[in-house]
Amino acid sequence: MGTTSTVLLWVLGVLALVGGVLVFTLNSMARVTFALLGSLVCVGGVVTVLRLPYLGVVIVLMMVMEMVIMAVFMIAYMMNPAGLMPMSMLHNKRGSLVISGLVFAALVVGIFLVPWPDRTGARLEDTTFQVGMSLMGDQMLTMVTLGFVLLATMVGATVLATRRGRYDRFGDDLDQRPANDSAGGGVGR
Amino acid sequence: MAEAGTWWALPAAPAMLLVFAVLAVAADAALDARNAGRRITAHTAVRPLLAVPRALLAQPRRLPAPDRLLWRAGVITVPVAAVLATLVIPFGNRVVADLSVGVVWFNAMEVLTWAGLWLAGWGPNAAFSLVGGYRFLALGLAYELPLMFALISAATGAESLRVTDIVGAQHGLWYAVWMPFAFVLYLAGVLAFSFLGPFAYPLGRDVADGVLGETSGVDRLLLQAGRWLWLAAGAAMAVPLFLGGGAGPGLPAWAWSLVKTLLVLAVLVWTLRRLPMLRADRYVELAWVVLLPLSVLQALVPALVSLTR
Repeated sequence: MGTTSTVLLWVLGVLALVGGVLVFTLNSMARVTFALLGSLVCVGGVVTVLRLPYLGVVIVLMMVMEMVIMAVFMIAYMMNPAGLMPMSMLHNKRGSLVISGLVFAALVVGIFLVPWPDRTGARLEDTTFQVGMSLMGDQMLTMVTLGFVLLATMVGATVLATRRGRYDRFGDDLDQRPANDSAGGGVGR
Repeated sequence: MAEAGTWWALPAAPAMLLVFAVLAVAADAALDARNAGRRITAHTAVRPLLAVPRALLAQPRRLPAPDRLLWRAGVITVPVAAVLATLVIPFGNRVVADLSVGVVWFNAMEVLTWAGLWLAGWGPNAAFSLVGGYRFLALGLAYELPLMFALISAATGAESLRVTDIVGAQHGLWYAVWMPFAFVLYLAGVLAFSFLGPFAYPLGRDVADGVLGETSGVDRLLLQAGRWLWLAAGAAMAVPLFLGGGAGPGLPAWAWSLVKTLLVLAVLVWTLRRLPMLRADRYVELAWVVLLPLSVLQALVPALVSLTR
């Protein structure tokens, strides 16, 4: 790894940490959310510097979408009025200190205990294909199963969270057309 | 086929993007004049540019308790992301940064607009602005996935995420010809991420201009510029993705890129004036019930062609 990459790696790593610290020190829900987003974008940069450009840029892409949507929900569900007042991200301080300390210790121990593999063969310029093969080759069944489990979870959670079901929309005999919806849709149903 | 960017490509790419954006604004103003029955002169076309010095000289509006940091961040993000997106767009045979994941880079920069517009809505601490920011997220949930599948269709056809590879893979047959639905979805996505025309919902008149409502001076200028810069960037990206890039008979590659980009831009400007503004709830249902399944089917076509190749 060249000097530029090493410097970038350190800068991005430190920035990611700073963002992480800001998440727990800022007092506005919007700022906290975007501090976390900044931290995760730096992680995407770290992954890119480590020569996994596809994963790095996808992390940035997905995290921006996810954190912006998350900001909506975090602000909507804050206990104080809509997250608009100054607030603290710290709850159950003693318990969380113990848990985070234990997790940190376990991760540090893991760094030293894991038998890291040595490099075999030459480093490839474009790693996107290799990432795809290792995810979708031998692990295709895992990925497909995971995909369906995730989809089923999302659909299930949405169905459980929705107050109105099909009997509300289509009537007791499911024959009421058009559906009785509280908001109109775009395809004339 | 594409040469790596020379030093002057770095300032040239944003400059050209700006020129395309100004041309789009001028065309829009000219069409405005025609609709109003006025004569179209050079003066009417450049008239909207007077807003630039006016915005620079305007006294900024002061609001009680704005979140200035986040507001500025959001306002700056929108045009900056548009400029960063153009780094991977080849023009003729030249491209500033020929990334191996160029398509994903473009997509990631476009998604930064989500954060930018929401922050621009949040910052002023005003209800209508915030409503505008939320409106863009609702629109985003509708337009983003079909747009992603349109991009994936082109990438699957070329079996590469590198934009110049996608150009190279279209020799003879443009992707717009055998993936027309992906092309149309992509163009709809361009209008959506530049929040213009039918997708001007976050800046709707019914919420007093929404995101734009409380902005003044440079902030307003940057947001407005961001819209047209994104329109230009989207038009420029359509050329390598779906229209064969700089390929064409007779003229040099840069000339073909220029002609095609201007044509796509003209189509976009004409379209955005013809369509009424869409409400997010309507477009979400259309997008998820109709467009998304069709876009998945469209992505299946190049996948099957690649498999049998």
